[in-house]
Amino acid sequence: MRRTRKEILPGAYLTCLRTDKFKTGLLSVSLLTRLSRETAAQNALIPSVLRRGTVRSPDLDALAARLDGLYGARLEPVARKKGEIQCVGFWADFVDEKYLPDGQGLLEDVAALLGEVLLEPRTRGGLLLSAYVDSEKEKLLEDIRARINDKISYSRYRLTELMCPAEDYAVDVLGTEEEAEAIGYVALTRRYHELLASSPVEIFYCGSASPDRVERAVRDALATLPRGELDMDLGTDIRMNTVEDGPRYFTDDMDVNQGKLAIGYRLGDAMEDPDMAALRVMNAVFGAGVSSKLFMNVREKLSLCYFASSALDLMKGVMAVISGIEVKDYDQALVEIGRQLRAVQEGDITDEELAAAKLGLVNDLLSAGDSAGALESFWLEQNLLGLEYGPDELAALVEDVTKEDVVRAAAGIACDAVYFLRGTGEDEDA
Amino acid sequence: MRKTDYAAIGETLYESRLPNGLPVFVVPKPGYCKSFACFVTNYGGADRRFTLNGERKDTPAGVAHYLEHKMFDTPDGGNALMILDAAGANANAFTSETMTAYYFSCTQRFEEDLRTLLRFVSVPYYTQQSVDKERGIIGQELRMYEDDPDNAVYMELMRLLFAHSPLRDDVGGTVESIQLITPQVLYDCHKVFYHPSNMALCVVGDVDPELVERTAAEELTAEAAPLPGRDYGPAEGLDPVGKRNQRRMEVSAPLFMAGLKLGEDRHGPAGHRERLTAGLALKCLYGRSSPAYLDLYGRGLLNGTFGCSADYAAGEGFVVFGGESKDPDAAADALLAAAEKVAAEGFDPALFQRQKKASYGSSLRALGDFRNLGVSLAESCFAGYRTLDGFEIMNAITCEDASAWVREHIRPERTALSVVLPRREAGA
Repeated sequence: MRRTRKEILPGAYLTCLRTDKFKTGLLSVSLLTRLSRETAAQNALIPSVLRRGTVRSPDLDALAARLDGLYGARLEPVARKKGEIQCVGFWADFVDEKYLPDGQGLLEDVAALLGEVLLEPRTRGGLLLSAYVDSEKEKLLEDIRARINDKISYSRYRLTELMCPAEDYAVDVLGTEEEAEAIGYVALTRRYHELLASSPVEIFYCGSASPDRVERAVRDALATLPRGELDMDLGTDIRMNTVEDGPRYFTDDMDVNQGKLAIGYRLGDAMEDPDMAALRVMNAVFGAGVSSKLFMNVREKLSLCYFASSALDLMKGVMAVISGIEVKDYDQALVEIGRQLRAVQEGDITDEELAAAKLGLVNDLLSAGDSAGALESFWLEQNLLGLEYGPDELAALVEDVTKEDVVRAAAGIACDAVYFLRGTGEDEDA
Repeated sequence: MRKTDYAAIGETLYESRLPNGLPVFVVPKPGYCKSFACFVTNYGGADRRFTLNGERKDTPAGVAHYLEHKMFDTPDGGNALMILDAAGANANAFTSETMTAYYFSCTQRFEEDLRTLLRFVSVPYYTQQSVDKERGIIGQELRMYEDDPDNAVYMELMRLLFAHSPLRDDVGGTVESIQLITPQVLYDCHKVFYHPSNMALCVVGDVDPELVERTAAEELTAEAAPLPGRDYGPAEGLDPVGKRNQRRMEVSAPLFMAGLKLGEDRHGPAGHRERLTAGLALKCLYGRSSPAYLDLYGRGLLNGTFGCSADYAAGEGFVVFGGESKDPDAAADALLAAAEKVAAEGFDPALFQRQKKASYGSSLRALGDFRNLGVSLAESCFAGYRTLDGFEIMNAITCEDASAWVREHIRPERTALSVVLPRREAGA
């Protein structure tokens, strides 16, 4: 798999991974912008509105017919949060030409459609259609309100919001209900033009076509992309310390059976000059996977929960533990999770635990090379972090991580906030 | 091993049946780092009553799922999940109404991991203590599902559709039914359902097919065994038991799921064709680019959570469709009206042709998902057909076949509707 990267338009970078092994190709375009309370909902809404219709294919029916005709190619709006950068745009995937009787030029057709959706939306009097904006706004509001449906991700969302009150990181990728409700089609059109003109752009392709061919197809598709003053200072503020001296505690009551305990940590000094491989191994030893300390102790040994796992955000330098527990087990679970973290920090790690964590990570990283979607996500992060190594090279770095590296990576971790979604379902039955 | 080339889609299938009755399937994927293997038993949550050697057995709801949890314990006090994890493999398992699958994917040491998989699934080891301990963990899992509105809306629909089928009960059983599960029950069911004759081994990845066959022959018993007879009770008939149910939960927006029964599930290639026809007809009728979906999406009555499928389990076929909607009854009515229109007029041939093209693309895309391919190899084996034959069968399905399927099956009078409403009214 050969990777090339090139600036093909001012501030627009094309990453190409050429490989024959997939049956489908993937092409994505992400506009990068600062994550902020004022614009998050607008930015998240824009791709969905654009996806409703273009000058040439003015409604969903017409777009759907074109995509079906391209052998069921998919073109989906996407909004992602990477640290304090919001990445909005589209990804497309489509069958590789060698499996089609008449598939010549499918890449060009899909790229052209993507460019058309991004740059030539259906408008009236130069403004995005108010009917499309209102209808997608309703859906965005539903999505924002629906956060409460999945109690695990809701707990993670509440933890982030409460832990980082003064940081842009607290902002959800979809924005808030209030900001979404305030969106009108005139202001959204203005924001759309700003976003196009000021955002650096990351373009990603993975498939069998040559980089030259992809560059031509994408250049043609994005020929009319306006390029104004680009916001090239995008980045994420990494806070090393906790907000107060000790953890802050928060609780929400909800009528559910199972409580969700969410604990947020700052990674501290390890983020000064982060050793990404050691941090990942540290997280795997602590709480990711079935050989981790959280799984082995909190779930298996003590049966305190159905699940308990930790996850890192290396762009922001934070870690979160989420666990599903009975309300009565809150204190015990909290103590036990803290005890397991201390064990990692004190180097109480067996050779088996370290080896299992590394093997699991290596397996995940090498497997990422088998999935175009995983590669896209991996390279978007690497590009944002300015890192040049691929998943296989990162796997090699993981192999070399020692117990001392893990202890060093864990040394500065401090608990910043504890959030409990307290189930009240049992009390009512009693 | 028997080799079949599917040149048009760039795949090759190797298959054989061991003397013990185990079917083995391998789809090689040259150039990939990851290999996937699943060892699957034709035994799921719905297989509660069965006969073996003339003797009738009735088991509590949730045994298949309980077994799935307990299979990972090894006689030396270890845990197979940990062993595979320590070897760098990603291992897991799932239980559905119809099957229990144990699987792993790895990028190194495939043969060693495959041996571990075959061994732990075929060697039962349960103690009173370990079985009692698991009850707490499974109880937590069941309570988590109870809080899940998608699960609730589905289970309520099953209870509206079916009079006595085991599909009325959650795969995992209930907190009450799992109290009845003892080590002996687990040993008995393992003996009946975890014999190679009742299982399938499927591998997808850059591996040598002969190695897979040889390893399975070495690790497993050589003897074949009689297959258990399944008893799902008398045929259900096509009418639902109830028409509508609603309940309130902690959700932000109403959810609905509508469904209807398709009648007896046919085994073999006829069943395969029926599944593919149903899938294509539903895609034309309610898929993401169907006129009905786009109309309701545009009117704000459906959103991206909408989905539909034809499913087959416990001898029955049934269709479900649903998602979030601010007005579930209006959405369901409009969807059924669309079916009546198709029943009267047939599908637009142009729509059908492009849906077929799109289906080809999405089926081809699915071949890149190793787990999905591995599991569907097993699923199709149990149902008596070969999943990779589907591309050719699909080519032969006509617009009239799809229209006729809708005319025969999607009947408003046979439809049941399950609704979950928010506890608090919007704006209150």
